[in-house]
Amino acid sequence: MWRDLTGYAIFAFCTYFVLLCAFYIFFDITAKGLPVLMDKGTDFLTKSPETLVVFKDEADEIVQMPMSEYSVFRKDNPAAVIRDEHTHSYSAGGIMGPLVGTALLVIVCMLVALTTGVATAIFLNEYARKGRFLNLVRLAIMNLAGVPSIVFGLFGLGVFCLWPWLPVLTYEPSESAVLVFAVPFTDGWLSFQGWGTSILAGGFTLAIMVLPVIITACEEALKAVPMGFREAAMALGATKWQAIRTAVLPYAKPGIMTASILGVTRVAGETAPIMFTAALAHKGALPWQEAKGSGLFWLSDFLTQSVQALPYHIYTVSARIPQSEYTEPMQSGSVFVFMLLVMIFAGLSIYLRGRYRKNLKW
Amino acid sequence: MSFVPQLNERSMNEINFDATPEPALPAEIPVMSPAKSRGTEGKEAAKSLIEIEDLGFSYDLGQTETLRNITLSIPKGQVTSFIGPSGCGKSTLLRCLNRMNDLIDTAKVTRGKIKIMGQDIHAADVDPIELRKRVGMVFQKYNPFPKSIFENAAYGMRIQGVKSQKVLAEAVERALKQSALWDEVKDRLNSSALGLSGGQQQRLCIARAIAVQPEIILMDEPCSALDPIATARIEELITDLKENYTIVIVTHNMQQATRVSARTAFFYLGELIEVGPTTKIFGNPSKKQTEDYVSGRFG
Ligand SMILES: Nc1ncnc2c1ncn2[C@@H]1O[C@H](COP(=O)(O)OP(=O)(O)OP(=O)(O)O)[C@@H](O)[C@H]1O
Ligand SMILES: [Mg+2]
Repeated sequence: MWRDLTGYAIFAFCTYFVLLCAFYIFFDITAKGLPVLMDKGTDFLTKSPETLVVFKDEADEIVQMPMSEYSVFRKDNPAAVIRDEHTHSYSAGGIMGPLVGTALLVIVCMLVALTTGVATAIFLNEYARKGRFLNLVRLAIMNLAGVPSIVFGLFGLGVFCLWPWLPVLTYEPSESAVLVFAVPFTDGWLSFQGWGTSILAGGFTLAIMVLPVIITACEEALKAVPMGFREAAMALGATKWQAIRTAVLPYAKPGIMTASILGVTRVAGETAPIMFTAALAHKGALPWQEAKGSGLFWLSDFLTQSVQALPYHIYTVSARIPQSEYTEPMQSGSVFVFMLLVMIFAGLSIYLRGRYRKNLKW
Repeated sequence: MSFVPQLNERSMNEINFDATPEPALPAEIPVMSPAKSRGTEGKEAAKSLIEIEDLGFSYDLGQTETLRNITLSIPKGQVTSFIGPSGCGKSTLLRCLNRMNDLIDTAKVTRGKIKIMGQDIHAADVDPIELRKRVGMVFQKYNPFPKSIFENAAYGMRIQGVKSQKVLAEAVERALKQSALWDEVKDRLNSSALGLSGGQQQRLCIARAIAVQPEIILMDEPCSALDPIATARIEELITDLKENYTIVIVTHNMQQATRVSARTAFFYLGELIEVGPTTKIFGNPSKKQTEDYVSGRFG
């Protein structure tokens, strides 16, 4: 009896401890971040980060101004009294740039990861012969899942940014291009010059990082579809691919969707893989503001832009600039928005899973 | 009336007593079924549709043979049942007939031939996909797709590329009528097949198989997951279907074999022990093992 109680106490304590941590983090972030969001309003989501200027005016009042506003103010009031002026990088404006950057990285990443991941899972689960080779592949995939994300970052830097044999469409091929073809009927070029620090490089790096998760989840989803569906389809004269397309994939889709949404929350939060491959601490323009050309050339230029990204931005504002009370709102606000996004995605995947569970029973 | 003393009274009543036991014939010669001889006189003795010649089959690339020396002919337009103790290879043989075993990497026919209408089904120019369109299959565990009733019945046509809604609707209606399901589902063709009872789901699976108008229907213990009433309906259905299709059914239920089939093949440990008219197999088997099995002494 007494022993039983001890056991109960230990297990309960651990559980409550975890719960407490989770709630503390949640409430702390909300308590600090929500006021920032309320204060700045939609500006926080629709403006890009800026330098904050803080100074005392003639009445000894402390004034905070974004750099852009400040320069206008100085021009308009050359005689204004300004004392104790100091600046804080990235602490004014909003997080539009990082939000857009993260969204683009996630989109590219999921496009790549889902197509290759689903294809791989289908091959492994439906086509490949069981045997030593298959076990080896599974082992490799499992190992890939255990590789630290910084290693993926370096891999991505080497392969997607620096390796010159990746093509881009451009009007001005780089000096370091290894091979250049003129594209007929345009004055542009197909240039093999590597992708550089870009959305494409970051997206592919993230994709390779989540691939093991996606493949494993897709395989689980495929395995959950009863063998009987495949057999019934094949017995009716379906080819293997027809059976997979019409009698397996539709029923694996909910599982694949749930997994990919969880994959999104995972890659959205990664800093290390994009640090070298895609993200800049500061970038004034949004990618579409700088992309040139039209059609595919525009797309290529767009995708080879570097971007800001939310997790990297949080890292910058909280660890790479001198801290003060003036830099804190940006930190709390960014973290709060980030947490909200992750929660929305996680909630979505839970909701979808629940809905499909109800609809699809066999 | 030399009927099996071992069968219980209930099943005795359910057996066609007007079927006269036939004289023992060599197993390979197709015989006129007792069921056929009632009512459908005028038809000549059924022709053999499937010829299995000295078949050997292995699940592990020939190391051990799951089926050995199977020589059997299955006549057209009749119901043939496969009986035998669990693990003797009934399902394996059935799945050889539409090459479903091709799906298993290590499965292999080690010897012999299977001919359907004279054509060796393992010949290089035979496409298993085409074969399966002609040889339909119904599984032990009813497995309709989680789609609407209509889409289930139309599935086979759809994968063959039939697009016309009219053609599909006609085929679905015909298949559902043939499988005696039409009256029960005609008002809810668009609701999910999973809302049907087990027996209805199995009949839908039969409808799905016959919608593509195969010549042969293979059924692997189609009633084993069903209650007696649903079973009776499926048996009725099988009796109706044999007018148009050749049916091979695997069953563990001896009464079922006597009720639905004209011929019965008894398997034991991967070998065909005896085949003949159902009345003979159950009434006057020539092999000791068959007699022991049908009388319930082992199995
Ligand atoms: N996919 C498979 N791979 C390897 N061996 C198998 C496979 N399927 C069946 N076997 C083996 O082949 C033998 C025959 O199996 P089969 O399923 O044909 O028996 P059965 O007569 O249908 O039995 P039951 O009445 O229980 O359905 C069994 O020993 C079984 O273990
Ligand atoms: Mg079986």
